[in-house]
Order: sequence, then C-alpha cells, then structure tokens
Amino acid sequence: MSASLATVSYIGATILFILSLGGLSSPESSRRGNLYGMIGMTLAVLATVFGPRVTMAGIPWIIVAMVVGGSVGIYASRVVKMTQMPELVALMHSLVGLAACLVGFANYIDPAAAVGLTSAEKAIHEIEIYIGILIGAVTFSGSIIAFGKLSGKIGGKPLLLPARHWLNLAGLLVVIWFGGVFLHAETISSGMIALTVMTVIALLFGIHMVMAIGGADMPVVVSMLNSYSGWAAAATGFMLNNDLLIVTGALVGSSGAILSYIMCRAMNRNFISVIAGGFGTGGGTVVAPSGDAQPTGEVVAVSAAETAELLREARNVIIVPGYGMAVAQAQHTVYEITQHLREKGVNVRFGIHPVAGRMPGHMNVLLAEAKVPYDIVLEMDELNEDFPDTDVAMVIGANDIVNPAAQDDPNSPIAGMPVLEVWKAKTSIVMKRSMASGYAGVDNPLFYKENNRMLFGDAKKMLEEVFVALKS
Amino acid sequence: MPLKIGVPRETAAGEKRVATVPEVVEKLIKLGFTVAVESSAGDAANFSDDTYRAAGAEIIEGAAKLWAASDIVFKVSVPTTEEVGLMREGGHLIGFIWPAQNPELMQQLAAKKATVLAIDCLPRMLSRAQKMDALTSQAGVAGYRAVIEAANAFGRFFNGQITAAGKVPPAKVFIAGAGVAGLAAIGTAAGLGAIVRANDTRAEVADQVKSLGGEFVKVEFEEEGSGGGGYAKVMSEGFQQAQREMYAKQAKEVDIIITTALIPGKPAPKLITAEMVQSMKPGSVIVDMAAERGGNCELTEPGQAVVKHGVTIVGYSDLNSRLAKQSSTLYATNLFRLSEELCKTKDGIINVNMDDDAIRGLTVIKDGAVTWPAPAPKLPAAPAKPAAAKAAPAPAHGHGGGGAPASGGKTAVIFGVAALLFLFIGAYAPAAFLGHFTVFVLACFVGYMVVWNVTPALHTPLMSVTNAISSIIAIGALVQIAPPLMGSDVARPDDWIRWLAVAGIALTAVNMFGGFAVTQRMLAMFRK
Repeated sequence: MSASLATVSYIGATILFILSLGGLSSPESSRRGNLYGMIGMTLAVLATVFGPRVTMAGIPWIIVAMVVGGSVGIYASRVVKMTQMPELVALMHSLVGLAACLVGFANYIDPAAAVGLTSAEKAIHEIEIYIGILIGAVTFSGSIIAFGKLSGKIGGKPLLLPARHWLNLAGLLVVIWFGGVFLHAETISSGMIALTVMTVIALLFGIHMVMAIGGADMPVVVSMLNSYSGWAAAATGFMLNNDLLIVTGALVGSSGAILSYIMCRAMNRNFISVIAGGFGTGGGTVVAPSGDAQPTGEVVAVSAAETAELLREARNVIIVPGYGMAVAQAQHTVYEITQHLREKGVNVRFGIHPVAGRMPGHMNVLLAEAKVPYDIVLEMDELNEDFPDTDVAMVIGANDIVNPAAQDDPNSPIAGMPVLEVWKAKTSIVMKRSMASGYAGVDNPLFYKENNRMLFGDAKKMLEEVFVALKS
Repeated sequence: MPLKIGVPRETAAGEKRVATVPEVVEKLIKLGFTVAVESSAGDAANFSDDTYRAAGAEIIEGAAKLWAASDIVFKVSVPTTEEVGLMREGGHLIGFIWPAQNPELMQQLAAKKATVLAIDCLPRMLSRAQKMDALTSQAGVAGYRAVIEAANAFGRFFNGQITAAGKVPPAKVFIAGAGVAGLAAIGTAAGLGAIVRANDTRAEVADQVKSLGGEFVKVEFEEEGSGGGGYAKVMSEGFQQAQREMYAKQAKEVDIIITTALIPGKPAPKLITAEMVQSMKPGSVIVDMAAERGGNCELTEPGQAVVKHGVTIVGYSDLNSRLAKQSSTLYATNLFRLSEELCKTKDGIINVNMDDDAIRGLTVIKDGAVTWPAPAPKLPAAPAKPAAAKAAPAPAHGHGGGGAPASGGKTAVIFGVAALLFLFIGAYAPAAFLGHFTVFVLACFVGYMVVWNVTPALHTPLMSVTNAISSIIAIGALVQIAPPLMGSDVARPDDWIRWLAVAGIALTAVNMFGGFAVTQRMLAMFRK
C-alpha cells in the first residue's frame, strides 16, 4: 500500500470518527455511530499495518499483541457490571496514558525518528516527545487513582497535603527546568535522565491531583481524564507527524473538556476549584451545622407499605435516582415498580441530574440496563418545572442534587448549584440508608419538610418490599 | 398498669360521629392501652359493636359505667354537664372543648381535677402537629360534603357535556375562602367537572387554589390579609368595598356559591348580601359553611336549607355528621397520633409533657389547674409574603447552543492571549509543524461542535467511545515496531523499541476492543 493510499485511508478514518461522535446525538443513531467508530478504527489500523511504515517482520508481533490486548478488552467489556462503568472507563484512560508514555519513550530512543531534521525541527520534535510523555504520565497515574477511588479501594476523602499548591508549582518548575536540560542533552542517554525524572514527577503530580479531589467531584475528574487521554494522543500525533492521531486526539480531548465543563456547571463549581480540590468528604457524617442553618422540623419516616400506598394513589410520579441506586443495584426493581405503575395508568418519569452518579450519564446507562424506555428518562431541565403537578417524587439514594439549601441558603457550600426541586411535589419520599449527609457533607433541609417522608433502608431491599406491597 | 381509653356514645343532638373506629382500636391496643366502647356508640357512623369487639375493644353498656371505668375519655363534641358529672375524679379527657366559648365547662372540669386536652387548641403552625390536626381533617370532610349538598340541591350536571340530547354547559362554582374546607371544596367541585373560581383575602393561597384546579379571583385592592396563624383578619373598608363589588359580579355569573369565611373570635363576615342573592339565576345554590357562626350570607338560616328568591341556601351546621363514617375515621386517626405523642414508650402509660410545644398548646387543664391559653409557640409561621422566590438558578442550558456567552472583557482577554500564542508559534515554528497545528486547531473546533450535540443521556457511552477512539494511539506503536530501514547507519536499539511498541499495542488493544464492545453493549440497552 502506498503512502498516499494510507493517507487517504486516514482521512476516511477521521471522517468516520467524527460521524461516530455525531451519531451519539440521539439513542436511535447511536448504534450506527459506534459502528462507524469501529470501521474507522479498523481502517486506520489496517492502513497502518499494510502501509509503508511497517514491514512484514513486525506483523507477527502485532498480531500477538493485538490478540492478547483484544481478548483482555473483550473479556472486561463482557463481565463489567453497568454500575462499575466509571471504574472501567477510568482504568481504560490509564491504559491510553501509559501507551502514550511508552510510544514517547520508544520514539525518543529511536534514532531514525530524528534523522534529517533541522535543529529547529529537532527541538520541536523533542518538545513534542517531552509534552506527550508528560500528559501520558499524568493521565496514567491520575486514572489509576481515580479507579481506586471509584472502586472504593481508596477512600473518597480528599487528601490535602499542606502547601499542596506550592508542591504542584515546584513540580511544574522542576519539569520546565528538566525540559531545558532535555533539549540541550547531547546524547540519548543523558536526555533519558531528564525524561525519566520528569516522568516520575508527572506520575506523582497525577496521583496528587486526583487524591486531592473529593468524591462529589468524581464526574468532573473522570471526564477531565477522558480529555487528557485525548490530548496525550494528539501530542503523540505531533511527535509522529501523524494527522490522524492529531485529529482524533483533538476530538477526544475537546469531548472530555466539554463534559468536564458541563459537570462543573451542573454543580455550580469552577473548574479550577475542582482541580484545586478539597471539596466534599468521603465519609457520611453530618458536618456540624452552623447555628441558625440547622433545619427545623421533624423527620417523618414511613414504611414500605405506606410508600406503596402513596404510589398507588398518585397520578404523576417522578423518580430521582442517585448513586445510592447504583450501589444497591436497585435499578431492576425500580423498573418493575415503574412498569407496574405504568400499567395502572400512572405517569412515571425519571429525573436525572447531570452529576447523579459517578460519571456523566451514569444513571441513564443503569436505567437503560434495566430496560427503562429512554423517552421517560428526562433531564433536570426538562422536568424541573413539572414538580408542582407531581403527586409523588421518589428520591432513591440521592442527596445533594435534591437539596433545597442550594436555592434557599446563600451560605450553603452548594449554594447556586442547580437542583431537582422535588420538594415542590405534593409528597416527596426519600429512600436512604440513614440520615447521614451526602458527598458534599451538607445537611439536607428537604428531609425536614412537611411534605417529605423518609424510607430508611437499603434501596433494593426497600423497593422490593414496596413492589410486593404494590402488587398485593 | 396500662390505662383504659373509653369512648362514649355522643349525646349532642344530630351528632353522628364517634371518637374512635375499629381500625384505630387495634392501633391503640398496640400502643399498650386497653379500649372500652359504649354500646352502640358507633351505630350512627355504621360501626357496629361487633366490629369494635373484633378489634379488641370491650363493649360497656351505659354511659355511666363507661365513664367510671375509663382513665382517658375520647370524645368528639363538647361534653355536656351530665357527662362531666359522670367523669372520674382526676381523669383525662380528649376532644373538642372550645375553652373560649365554654368558660363554665372549664370550671366544671377543673373542679373534677381532670387533665383535659382540647384538640381545637392544637398549635396548627407546628408542622409535626399536622397529623393530629382534627380541625383540618374535619374541615376537609365538611368542604367535600358542602359540594355534595350543593350538587344535591342544584338541578343540573356539574360537568359540561355534549350529548345527542343537546349540549350541557358546565356549572360555575364560586368558593369564598380558600382555607382547608375551601380547598377541599375546590378539589371536589373541580373533580366533578365544574368550572371553579375561588377568592381569599390571603394572597398566598392563590397557588394552592390553582393546584387544585381552581381559578383564583383577585380583589382589585392592595392589602395583605394574613392575620397570622393561618387565619384571615378583618380587612379595611376600602378593601371590603372592592371585595363586595367582586362578589356582586361573581353572584351574577355563577350557579353555585360556597362560603367558608371565618375570622377567629368574631362573627362570620357577611359576604353575600340579599341583593346579591336576588341577582343570582333561579335554581342557583348557596352553601354557607359559616352558618353556625352567623353565616356569610345575610339570608342564611342556620341548620336549614331554605329557598329565597329562587335560590336554595343551605345552612347546615352538621356537615361532618352527614359524612359520619369518614369524619370519624379521620378524627380517630388524629386522636391516635396524639396518643402516640403522649405515649412514646408504647406501654399504655401517658405522659403529658408540658415542655412539648404541641402538647402544651393542647392541654387546657392539667390536674385541675387551668393552663389555657397556652403561651404562643416559639415557632412563627412562615412569613406571609416570602421574598420573591430566588431567581431560578442557571439559565436552561440547551446543548448545541454552545457554552454560556462570556462577558466582553473576558472574551477580549481570551482573544488577546490566543493572538499572542499564535504570534509566537508563527515566529518560531517550522512550516511542517504549522500544517499539523492547523489540523489540530480545526479538529478541536469540529470536536467542540459535534460533542455539544450529544444528548446528556449518552454521556457515558460518549466517554467509552472516545476512550475506544483514543486507542488510535496504537498507530504510534505500530509504526515503530518494525519500520523499513531508513538507510541510516546509527545503531537502533531494536529490541527495546520493539518491546515498548508491543506493550503499547497490547495496552491500546485492550481499549480498542474493550471500549467499542462495552459501548455496543450499553447502546444496545437503550430502548424506547
């Protein structure tokens, strides 16, 4: 295959990738979009393998590596539970980051890569290698930590080192200084030292960055790492003079950046302040409320039977799921209840807050897994005005995203965050394990409202009881 | 020793309610009490002695024996002098007392060294007291019944119909006063299909009226009518004038008027004058729920339904007894909730805790000492005119519209920085780099446009598909694994590079296959 043919194939792959992302604009076209992505990837890989840059000697190696990696990937995609999607995605980000590092190192030690370059071109090439490895390393270690936090192997509590901003700044300066050393290195082995030191610092920086971010901000972190993995690919593209990599990396990078932006806005948080970390605890203890902010009123607990009674008599029901539903794996029971109520003519809908769960769109995937039709799963903005006409708003394992303090209390840490206004429904039922506060560590005045009822217990167990009571 | 709750038969004329029902008897027994019911106490409300017995209550023949046997007596209507005479020394009594209107009764009860909880003295603004609020539960029933009485006296359908036999216009109902009874009436009338309008001097109830399907008619006069405690107050002359005009106008238009206006401690306001009644269409109906307190209509005759100027004016004061079973059930539940508060230990022993705001308000006599009126509860009602609700947070953000427009200054800074950056790159970067840079910048914009169109429901698949796509980095590894010799004589560390490249390919292959496969799996689940 000639070089031109390979380039044309790359253009084809680029178009297919863009169409692939475009296909996700609606669930109907999304499956085709994914297919475009697969075709594009196949095209790109085949064009490269049979292109001018790869000789026959490499083919066996490629096949072995592809088979090994591919079978691991397919296996993982088969066994992963939908509730574990955030972990899987974080883990996959780390692989991209690591691969970017490896490719960068391989490129650096390959003398052929720099043959025939002018000194300015060589400098730029080396900067590209340096930056590519830097981003790759941060993505790698950051994603590993994010994976640990999401899977509960590492506590969700932000780790706040003293003077952590200064530490980061010092790290940055060291990285820049070694960049200078790296550029002026005479031999590959002397440059290697600078490169290795930088990589270690980048790895530490990635760990430190994600460790400092609280559990509530995980959706931002996951999408941010998604973005980084794209930028790592783009930097690799610059390094290899490969437009396909640049375009694809830029697509992925901007996609992740937009997601991070959407997530930040959904929490009314500044991106910088999320990255700077320190918000939200991983524990479940109520932060001592400041005097007058103490919500007044009484918490009214109900039983599963009474909940079923309320649901049976309702005409409009909105269900607001949160991370608690994912933890309890309650989505299937939720759907059974939904189906039962819908057969009885009750208008049941789902209200999804953008940051419900631990990654963007997490709740949608869980509900889709439980076969909830997507046309009754609505976004916050689509149904927030309908709460006054709603008889029962059922909150399953969510807390901060339904906290009226975000609107009423300017001193609340979550003030200004858009929330689902469940308290405007005639009755709201909150399913929760205890009265503990949410990830943001803020007490929730909703629980003390007159028209609110609490159903304490594990979401799945309680919902099953509700379902039994509904059927009887 | 668990206490015995006694429920006598109501003796007041026309009173058909009973203070507990079999369903609640069971719950009271679970609280540890024993329950005694006077024979035939529930007959008028369709609860036979047998059903009480089945629920675990003891049936006692005759009022005297019952009163003597009971530690606590549950009653509905205000006890008569004879009943107080039967009461045991130092006993407990729970029911309607109206201490302000019945000073003599209070004295008699005090002389009996009784402890009396007047359900009508409940501090209603205490949110946890709502479950015990018998005034509310009874008013709700009365409001419902008022509509039924109106429908009974009215010669037409409530809902509009188009039938083969002709078109029927819907009835127009006007409800004066949107308290508990008024709201119940609005809901009931709207449920029957009528066009419902309502008015109240308290402007904050407008939303509640609308939520029940009614239309709120405003008086064209600025004055806030909330008198605290959820009741209305007497309004100024100017307001009353404007209000009369509005009522006069409504009287000409509507078919049915239901009035519920009460002001605490004062006779009911006269809202409907004789001229207004005259101006109504023949066959119209007025239900005056304030009849007992003088009536909202000048022509009301308390306790009776009369026809004047062709308009039926219903002035029944026993609307609750006309729905005795429902009223009794709700009332019994209110008293049960109160018993729960009194007996938190669930051992059948009550504790009249005077430090509890709700209990303090209810208790009008404690061990023979008059404790009425209770000091005002510390908790004030919600401010009548809350500051205009905070502006809805964050304007609705459509996707596809791009981000929020930045302010002018911010935009200028961004453009400035970008210009400097481009200047720098243009000055130093070689031509080959610029080609790639162009592609990069354009691709960022394409990505930006495409991704804003992604529906939020598919954000997780978006992440996994971009993840799969970012494994394109495999190409970087592929081209390094065994490139054709470039003719350079520099020694190439082939083994090192190969192993790095193989590792890179293997890692990205995990993503490539895993990412697309898991995306496929997720997308397959989305269904309509």
